[in-house]
Amino acid sequence: MITRNPGSWDFHGGIHRPDMKAMSAGKYLGKVPLPKRLVIPLQQHIGTIAEPLVEPGERVFKGQTIARVTEYIGAPIHAPTSGTIIEISEQPVAHPSGLSAPCIMMEADGEDRWWDQLPEPLPWFEELDAATLRERIRWAGIVGLGGAAFPTSVKVNPGPDRKIDTLVINGAECEPYITCDDYLMRTQADRIVEGIRVLMHVVNAGECLIGIEDNKPEAIAAMEKAVADSDLQTTRVITVPTRYPMGGEKQLIKVLTGKEVPSNGIPAEIGVICLNVATTAAVTDAVMAGRPLLSRLVTVTGEGVNNPGNVEVPYGVPMSQVIEFTGGYSDKAYKLILGGPMMGFTLGDDEVPVTKATNCLLVASREEAPDPVHAQPCIRCGKCAAACPAQLLPQQLYWYARSKDLEKCQEYNLFDCIECGCCAWVCPSHIPLVQYYRFAKTETWAQEKEKQAAEEARRRHEARVERLERLERERKARLRKKKEALEKKSSGTDPKKAAIEAAVQRAAQKKKAQQQTEEPS
Amino acid sequence: MKFPVHTSPYGHLPNSVSREMGLVLAALVPGVVAMVWYFGWGVVINIAIASVTAVVAEAAVLKLRGRPVARTLADLSALVTATLLAIALPPLLPWWLTVLGTLFAILFVKHLYGGLGYNPFNPAMAAYVLLLISFPVPMTRWLPPEMLTDVHLSFLQTLQAILTGHLPDALTWDAITSATPLDEMRTQLEFNKTISEIRQSPLWGDFGARGWEWVGNWFAIGGLFLLWRKVIGWQIPAGVLAGLLLTAGLFWMFDPETIPFPGFHLFSGGTILGAFFIATDPVTASTTPRGRLIYGFLIGMTVFIIRTWGGYPDAVAFAVLLMNMAAPTIDYYTRPRVFGQRENGDG
Repeated sequence: MITRNPGSWDFHGGIHRPDMKAMSAGKYLGKVPLPKRLVIPLQQHIGTIAEPLVEPGERVFKGQTIARVTEYIGAPIHAPTSGTIIEISEQPVAHPSGLSAPCIMMEADGEDRWWDQLPEPLPWFEELDAATLRERIRWAGIVGLGGAAFPTSVKVNPGPDRKIDTLVINGAECEPYITCDDYLMRTQADRIVEGIRVLMHVVNAGECLIGIEDNKPEAIAAMEKAVADSDLQTTRVITVPTRYPMGGEKQLIKVLTGKEVPSNGIPAEIGVICLNVATTAAVTDAVMAGRPLLSRLVTVTGEGVNNPGNVEVPYGVPMSQVIEFTGGYSDKAYKLILGGPMMGFTLGDDEVPVTKATNCLLVASREEAPDPVHAQPCIRCGKCAAACPAQLLPQQLYWYARSKDLEKCQEYNLFDCIECGCCAWVCPSHIPLVQYYRFAKTETWAQEKEKQAAEEARRRHEARVERLERLERERKARLRKKKEALEKKSSGTDPKKAAIEAAVQRAAQKKKAQQQTEEPS
Repeated sequence: MKFPVHTSPYGHLPNSVSREMGLVLAALVPGVVAMVWYFGWGVVINIAIASVTAVVAEAAVLKLRGRPVARTLADLSALVTATLLAIALPPLLPWWLTVLGTLFAILFVKHLYGGLGYNPFNPAMAAYVLLLISFPVPMTRWLPPEMLTDVHLSFLQTLQAILTGHLPDALTWDAITSATPLDEMRTQLEFNKTISEIRQSPLWGDFGARGWEWVGNWFAIGGLFLLWRKVIGWQIPAGVLAGLLLTAGLFWMFDPETIPFPGFHLFSGGTILGAFFIATDPVTASTTPRGRLIYGFLIGMTVFIIRTWGGYPDAVAFAVLLMNMAAPTIDYYTRPRVFGQRENGDG
């Protein structure tokens, strides 16, 4: 099925925020050199944490799988360079709460020698079945590089009963400041288009729509040229208006195809699979070159750095070194934001490693990311509802989240909130609305867990009571049997007693007979 | 390097509650100037009395409640309430009634319910109704517009009348005051006069009452300004005007001699002020887009019903308060369809 007039639909709400992309757009500052020591988190994706395959002291090579997936939703981790494993331990990672997580620490040997067991390139992928290619994508550790880091091999496996009509390639990059996808499209459009060829084959889609916001004319031109030069007949580059959150998966799909991803559902349910441009390029490397995902483009920007631009960063490099490489912090550096200003999160410390999910390091000045001001009361003006792309009623959700009325939160579709931040951006009372929704979601999850635990405890308790009752019943049954047996004995038909009695009687009779015979004589 | 941490999004639109309220006050200026032109200095004096009372009362109650005083006063909502109440009051109302009304609005209607954002009723309208019911005589003693009277009180004379109740020599209250046009229309209709007879009076202008119609126009300009600045949405004003015009139009078509024509309703009383400035109070109105349209429409309808068959001609205040009560229910039944859900019910 081919979509008619793609891009002619619209999503509700959204905001126009100065995109601030000019600072870093089109600027490439090179590949960050490998530091002596790399810290590679075992969890760089959504799903199960990877299981280490190496031991401290072991020598590893570039591209070697050093941690494997153990469950369906997960991604393996590869060594970004050659060197020696030092230790596997908890290290601070990029997390909103500043948590530590298991990491593999390795020392680079500076030789950057490739592993000799890399799989062969598959340029004849069209002759292979989808499962083989999915397995390759899975092996390469590819996850969504737009920032969400969901395992791509899972995403491109909609299941046998779901027909995929449209492959959507997300080049919208709607978050302000970020330009790494823009740069990738400008300079490596062929690599993206190659990935589209592979993915079209994998998901067997009838068409591919590439959505790019109209503030990236160079990227649009480059992609259009690459598509025109390819043999892709049903692939189209669609220019979409610049409006945040255009790059949200559900929003972009709606604008391009007119279809709405069902609430609590996934795009595959409406015959769509959506992947980011950088993810698509990574698929090309995995299939056409047999290379795993080892590095990514990262935008380093904001008034807090001296020289904004895009850099290629191997995973495991500390963010401090990335910023150092670009030219260091400026005097205005105030906050370090991982991701964009709308959905990113602040890091308390820059000594954490870049991962697959790191698309942007925004070092914001005090003006760019001001401290939260004191919130005024909600006056129910409804500007949040007008801005909400999920068409929720944020002010009602705020009300219920504040009073911890989690049931009402669910009734008002809390879990359809994509935390895009539009509501908080427009709120005249400066209420940190998203924070309330995150809180309510976490509380709900905690409650659900508690409920499950309680349910489990109840089941265990019931089982125990039942077991005890059964044991009691069995004991009673045994006792009863014993007692019955005893009663039977005592009820007079004991053969021994009868024999004794019979003997006594016989003896008495004998005696009597003797006496009788003795008398006449 | 270490950095401070807080949650996204970072930054926000350069707007604030204070700014929104400030824009409402600014948008009231043309209408207030027009009122001063037609009804004299009393309007300004009432605004001043009400504003001072509101600020003092709010500061006191904030102090009692242990809330930050300066920061809360800076949201300007008390001034908006005071101004809206003051321009609804007769220009020569004794000062203590203005003070009483303002105190009731700020202390009882607003802060006893928790302050800005928590009050279920529009404070200005609740205070207006309190005064109207408790003090009907002074509350219905309006001044005729400037072109219909020879008596023009100076600023000092007006101030004296408000503060002491004394008029300049040779003037009596009956001589200088008159009923409002809405009141006049009702009284005349009760005398079984037809609309065309009633409209012979010099009281009536092109579409509404003379003077009043122009005040309405100037308030409408302020309202359009608020629409343009997106301080208010179009739904409530459109709903109010449509509700009033359609209902009035329907009845007028059947009985044009005893039911005033729709334009009369629009330009003879507080309809325009109500539609753009009073019904649009976000705190007490419905919040969903469809709900706001319904809320406005019902206010418009209620205004017509009260004006035509009710006991008071001053219908806007009653209509707004009645619909304030209905707002939560309207909200509940007009929730918008969530993205990804089918038209009705769950997706």
